[in-house]
Amino acid sequence: MYSSRNETWLFEISSKRKLIDLNFKEIWRYRDLLFLFVKRDLVTVYKQTVLGPLWFFIQPLFTSVIFTLIFNKVASISTGVVPAFLFNLAGITAWNYFKVCLTGTSNTFRANAGIFGKVYFPRFIVPMSKAISNLVKFGIQLLIFIGFYLYYVYYQGVDLAPNVFIMLFPVYVLLIVIYGLGLGMIISTFTTKYRDISILLTFAIQLLMYVSAVPYPIGQLKAKVPEYSWMVDYNPLAQIIEGFRYTVFGTEDLYFSWNGFTAICVIGMVVFVFGLILFNQTEKTFIDTV
Amino acid sequence: MGKVILKAENISKQYRLGLVGTGSLMHDLNRFWHRIRGKEDPYLKIGSVNDRSSKATEDYVWALKDINFEVEEGEVLGIIGKNGAGKSTLLKLLSRVTSPTTGIIKSKGRIASLLEVGTGFHPELTGRENIYLNGAILGMTKAEIASKIDEIVAFSGCEMYIDTPTKRYSSGMTVRLAFAVAAHLEPDILVVDEVLAVGDAEFQKKAIGKMQEISGGDGRTVLFVSHNMASVSSLCSRAILLENGCISYSGSTEQAIDRYLKDSIRSTDVNHELFPIINHDFAVSFDAIKLIQKSENIIQIELSVQTLNDLNEIGFGFRIKDIHDVYIASFTPGLTGITVDLPKGKSTISLEIENFIDVVSGGQYYIDVWLAKPKLQMIIFVEKAIGYYILPKDWYGTGMEYDRNRHGLIKINANLSID
Repeated sequence: MYSSRNETWLFEISSKRKLIDLNFKEIWRYRDLLFLFVKRDLVTVYKQTVLGPLWFFIQPLFTSVIFTLIFNKVASISTGVVPAFLFNLAGITAWNYFKVCLTGTSNTFRANAGIFGKVYFPRFIVPMSKAISNLVKFGIQLLIFIGFYLYYVYYQGVDLAPNVFIMLFPVYVLLIVIYGLGLGMIISTFTTKYRDISILLTFAIQLLMYVSAVPYPIGQLKAKVPEYSWMVDYNPLAQIIEGFRYTVFGTEDLYFSWNGFTAICVIGMVVFVFGLILFNQTEKTFIDTV
Repeated sequence: MGKVILKAENISKQYRLGLVGTGSLMHDLNRFWHRIRGKEDPYLKIGSVNDRSSKATEDYVWALKDINFEVEEGEVLGIIGKNGAGKSTLLKLLSRVTSPTTGIIKSKGRIASLLEVGTGFHPELTGRENIYLNGAILGMTKAEIASKIDEIVAFSGCEMYIDTPTKRYSSGMTVRLAFAVAAHLEPDILVVDEVLAVGDAEFQKKAIGKMQEISGGDGRTVLFVSHNMASVSSLCSRAILLENGCISYSGSTEQAIDRYLKDSIRSTDVNHELFPIINHDFAVSFDAIKLIQKSENIIQIELSVQTLNDLNEIGFGFRIKDIHDVYIASFTPGLTGITVDLPKGKSTISLEIENFIDVVSGGQYYIDVWLAKPKLQMIIFVEKAIGYYILPKDWYGTGMEYDRNRHGLIKINANLSID
């Protein structure tokens, strides 16, 4: 009996939980599954639709048009040198990626209860696959954005060019993923038992977009309603959206500071790690409560 | 002693009864409050024993309690028990779907379950794509699946539709395809849950056949869950018997089956829910029925009866049928003319059956019982009042079991001689 204590086991199942139990070796072993999930997500969304992948473009374009009409034409919010449509397209593209990461992750447990209730595989594969498949969609939408960017620069003669901060662009994309998955995992924990949260989320995310500086530059809000500037100052999402725009447009009237950048990186890591902890705790027994 | 590949140490699983609502939120908060102070979960101490038929007195129930066992490499371990004894919970824990409340399971191999049929099938994907997806979910790598895909397609018999989305499949085809994927899994430890076999009768037969084939062959480690004692006894080298969430026996398969069957005669298989049955015209009621194993081959049916008046010349009849509702034997008052006089009040009618068990082949039997007046006036009739399982028999001591499907229903004595 004593000798068995020293034996190595492939895995142990117990109620004791390590705080973070992210088994990279295991995730690596299931890489094919990750790939197949990504493929499934991409292939099946627009099956049996006429326009197919075109839908990837239509949604951000139309939203940008409406935003331009309402916020810039009607409410006359100035976007500085940047054409309003391009400004909105950048914000919406970034926000959409955050939104799909968040919602995709937040219903991980409920949407996959059928599979999770029957077989084991590292549960973190699911949020990862959501982040990757949506990254592909984000990439496609980015192409549209670049297309319009070039159109404005070369045909409309708008004086725009990204400066050295474009180097931070991948970091901002990563931040979007970190916040999306982190917050999503936190929410997913609560939705398994208390469904109120998922009902709340659907409209909360809508409102969150407006306080996260998507349809306006932070500078405009500060200028027009300075008493509400805390809303964007302490909102990491607003900082990310604004920073994302800064890396692509590089105009001085957009708001960027290294302190803020460091802060959102740190907060992002905290949120992500906290999300991962909760996710780990939940994945073990959620099937009993879902 | 072989190498231990799977080991369960003191595992228990607690479930909460009832609905999730504000009460459970209070419990969660209380639990959280205990945890941050470093105290034990306050709800672990309580909880009823997992007995389905008794009324729940508390909010928590132990589906499994202090389970310990070891499985050696290459061993086929049977897990038997009544419905609700905790078999499925144990399988859930073993397949890592949920984790135990206390205790630890250690494994040296990958565990996969054979009957997680069609998990993760996506209706929009083609049959081929679904084979890959489903296989990956079950733990196969892409390369493994690719090397087996022809075999899988052939086994499923869906070659023609393999590049059609599975939403166009009939439900039967989907199940076939899914089972084909599952059947080609090669985990270190295979969990076979025959109880979950689904589909039409033909497919069930095929599935069970395949499961037995896999369990039986090539020295693989298998955990075999079944209600079919014949297949448990033929496949398993060792068995554990679960009862109300605890292991009540662990050891030789014969012993475990014996205990299980004795237990099932005593409680489950008498259809208690039917009683009492009252006939107001005669003012008679059937209060309860009992089956007593008097010796190896003799059983006795005891019927508790109550009447408001003296009833003379009452016949007591029964007939025995098998699972296909074929009558095997009858003992009826119309036939035998045997009657009893029931006095006013409570009484117990006993009937000893002498030569049944020793002549029929093993399997499940049911007994209908009734009270009647002669000239066939039925008073009370109870269909399938008792279920009785007879062990597979090795009548001739050759190690060959007398199988009802292959050899017949009854035993005959024949003498072989040569002049």
